[in-house]
Amino acid sequence: MLFFTRWKAAAILLTALAVCLFAVPNFFSDKTVARFPDWAQRHIVLGLDLQGGSSLLLQVDTRVVRQERLQAVNDDVLRVLRQARVPFTGRAIQGGSVVVHITRPEDVKTALDKLGELSQPLTGILGSTGQRSLDISNQSGLITLTPSDPALNDRIRQAVDQSIEIIQRRVNELGLVEPSIQREGVDRILVQVPGLQDPTRLKEILGKTAKLDFRMVDLSMTPEQAVQTHPPADSEVLDGQKPGEKYLIEKRVLVSGADLVDAAPGFDQRTNEPIVNFRFNSAGARKFAEATQQNVGKPFAIVLDNQVVSAPVIREPILGGQGQISGNFTVQQANDLAILLRAGALPAPLTIVQENTVGPGLGQDSILAGEHAAYVGAGLVIFFMFVTYGLFGLFANIAVAVNVAMIFGVLSMLSATLTLPGIAGIVLTVGIAVDSNVLIYERIREEVRAGRTAINAIDAGFTRALATILDSNITTFIAAAVLFYAGSGPVRGFAVTLGVGILTSLFTAFTLTRLIVAYWVRIWRPRTVPI
Amino acid sequence: MRLLRIVPDNTRFDFMRFRRISFPISAMLSIAAILLYFYHGLNFGIDFVGGTLVEVQTKANPADLAKLRSTITGLNLGEFQLQQFGAPDDVLIRISEQPGGDTAQEAAVQKVRNALGDSVTYRRVEVVGPSVSTELLSYGTIGLLSAIVAILFYLWFRFEWQFALGAMIANVHDIVLTVGFMSLTHVDFDLTSIAALLTIVGYSLNDTVVIYDRIREMLRRYKRMSMPDLLNISVNATLSRSIVTHLTVACSLLALLLFGGQAIRSFTATMMFGVVLVGTYTSVFIASPILIYLGVGAARMGGAEEPDTPPELEAGQPAPSKPAPSRPASARRARARR
Repeated sequence: MLFFTRWKAAAILLTALAVCLFAVPNFFSDKTVARFPDWAQRHIVLGLDLQGGSSLLLQVDTRVVRQERLQAVNDDVLRVLRQARVPFTGRAIQGGSVVVHITRPEDVKTALDKLGELSQPLTGILGSTGQRSLDISNQSGLITLTPSDPALNDRIRQAVDQSIEIIQRRVNELGLVEPSIQREGVDRILVQVPGLQDPTRLKEILGKTAKLDFRMVDLSMTPEQAVQTHPPADSEVLDGQKPGEKYLIEKRVLVSGADLVDAAPGFDQRTNEPIVNFRFNSAGARKFAEATQQNVGKPFAIVLDNQVVSAPVIREPILGGQGQISGNFTVQQANDLAILLRAGALPAPLTIVQENTVGPGLGQDSILAGEHAAYVGAGLVIFFMFVTYGLFGLFANIAVAVNVAMIFGVLSMLSATLTLPGIAGIVLTVGIAVDSNVLIYERIREEVRAGRTAINAIDAGFTRALATILDSNITTFIAAAVLFYAGSGPVRGFAVTLGVGILTSLFTAFTLTRLIVAYWVRIWRPRTVPI
Repeated sequence: MRLLRIVPDNTRFDFMRFRRISFPISAMLSIAAILLYFYHGLNFGIDFVGGTLVEVQTKANPADLAKLRSTITGLNLGEFQLQQFGAPDDVLIRISEQPGGDTAQEAAVQKVRNALGDSVTYRRVEVVGPSVSTELLSYGTIGLLSAIVAILFYLWFRFEWQFALGAMIANVHDIVLTVGFMSLTHVDFDLTSIAALLTIVGYSLNDTVVIYDRIREMLRRYKRMSMPDLLNISVNATLSRSIVTHLTVACSLLALLLFGGQAIRSFTATMMFGVVLVGTYTSVFIASPILIYLGVGAARMGGAEEPDTPPELEAGQPAPSKPAPSRPASARRARARR
């Protein structure tokens, strides 16, 4: 156990040194680090609890995604059957399906053929999965179309991806520094903004779906009548800006916000009221031109998130593809609406399910407290090891110091986030690293008592203790691994440092401590062991 | 230089004799802890029950708690608590979960921000909605349980099943007592507490494994020694290590407890209790003697140390050790070996 070839010794020392060197960028300012070669730039990121900032966990409303999919299928059914000139009755969304009744039995086959074209084969990474986007069944002329689960899950995944992209754009528009936006689980998104102290405006911006539609106002009855009786099948009653204001609006969308290419806040030249100017892309401009040509003299509605912003009357066809939205905005509201329109609509509403904001004062205090605790803890441990094991205690202290440096090196390599629980993890790892040395030295003491010669006792002590160290560290490592997979946020930070610490302390116990002791034995040729 | 010997060489404490005291004591403490859990309850943090936590530093020093209380009472947010936290101008405001789902929690924070305005600086705002809090609790529990099971499988693989079972009983004992401690002291039970519990599990196991390792070694070396003697020798041999290690861990924890700041105080206090007090005691007085009842080593002697185990003790065991099924199994193995 005490013999090392020269190569092996060199390899051990080089590995330890190399890992420690990875920690170097943490001690320099960002500017200096930027001049380092790319591979050497990785460093530990301070968690929001240490540097201050705001973290929001958003939940994508998947029910809306499902509902919209159903609505789209419903619209498709109408279009397909009309095109095929198949008479039908009772087209409706029931539960998770669209049902339609084909009036004449002889049309059922044609209808099934045509509707079958709506169902696309699903393709996965490995090509066709054999599943289709719609399950279609027929019970004597009553056709049921159900979006299949894999297709819906696909949609949800897309919706979350799209939401992440749009959030990214919105956050960038707000001019926030270094935001991090990532998916959490299936339908959640974690937005972290370092340094942000009051997330009120961010929450407002993220909380809006910003789904903008241009639709016709339904004049077949008044909104009051519609509320009292029942609105026509293809219209709905929507709220206006003012409390109690209602409109009856057609469900059919003339042009949607997706066709917008630009939006900017401005002022109305006549009233000097804040407005938002927008411009359509060519497809949007064409659709808008057509719609306005056909409906001169009638009112249309600008609907934002199912609320009518304004409902002006079309005086003349709007052909240029440009327009403006006015709706008693404040300057800030007009500004925010322009941001939202530029960034695009979210495919589904987002709810904030968790918020965590840490002010810079607390973060600074936590760093200081963590540093203090680390110094005091290290001081106590070093002193205690020295008075207990003397020279060997010093060896242990060197190994533990290298161990801590290596933890920082590995964390830098991983670009890991250091949180307060993470610091606690490092402090505890110091305890584990010390334990490895204690196990070895106690075993050596025992072997000495059993009457072995110094070198023999040291050799046997290492051999026997290392098996125990391996067993006990693996159990703790399992706990750390499970913490990492099952935990979230603060627990994860703790698990990472604990796990990394166990690995590095295993390395130092198995190689470095042994190497130091081996060299000491080779140089001093001791007759007794000084522990 | 004279080196410190905390534990003298060659100690010969008869630890196994203490099982007649330690098992009933542990049983009583465990029952007390369970009763505490059910009747006194845990002080669940917002991670698990949802709600809002706002830490503010008031411009007035010290903070005017009465004024704060009346301001927040005026917001009609239901139940809330104010707590001095660290410095005299530091106040922790906890608002219980608002009815009305995730969005209602956000609205509550906004109300508090509007009401307190510029009179405070915000050190920390945490909001946990109901959809997350239930998940966090179940994830935490699943994490804790799966960690124990994973470790159990590892021990089963490395040792014999009796060792795995013994370690698990010791482990559950530690968790139960620590949860009892948390209930008694009413420290916050949140996600970091789960991390603390898991670390305690890891540490306590670490200690148990070190002793078990030695027991296994002794079992191979001394084929004729009686089980209690063998266990005593093993525990005594590892005693110095246990104490030195736990003193160093206690040093680290003490530093964290005193200087690590308010934010992780409940975490370190729990760790101190679990690792230093319970963990050490358990591995010596529970995990090791329980191996006698689990029938470890009985095979070598053909159950010769049976008379050492007074029958009235088996009734007083804190945890089910199932000595009955293990004996025939080990007896069978003994026969096979002969």
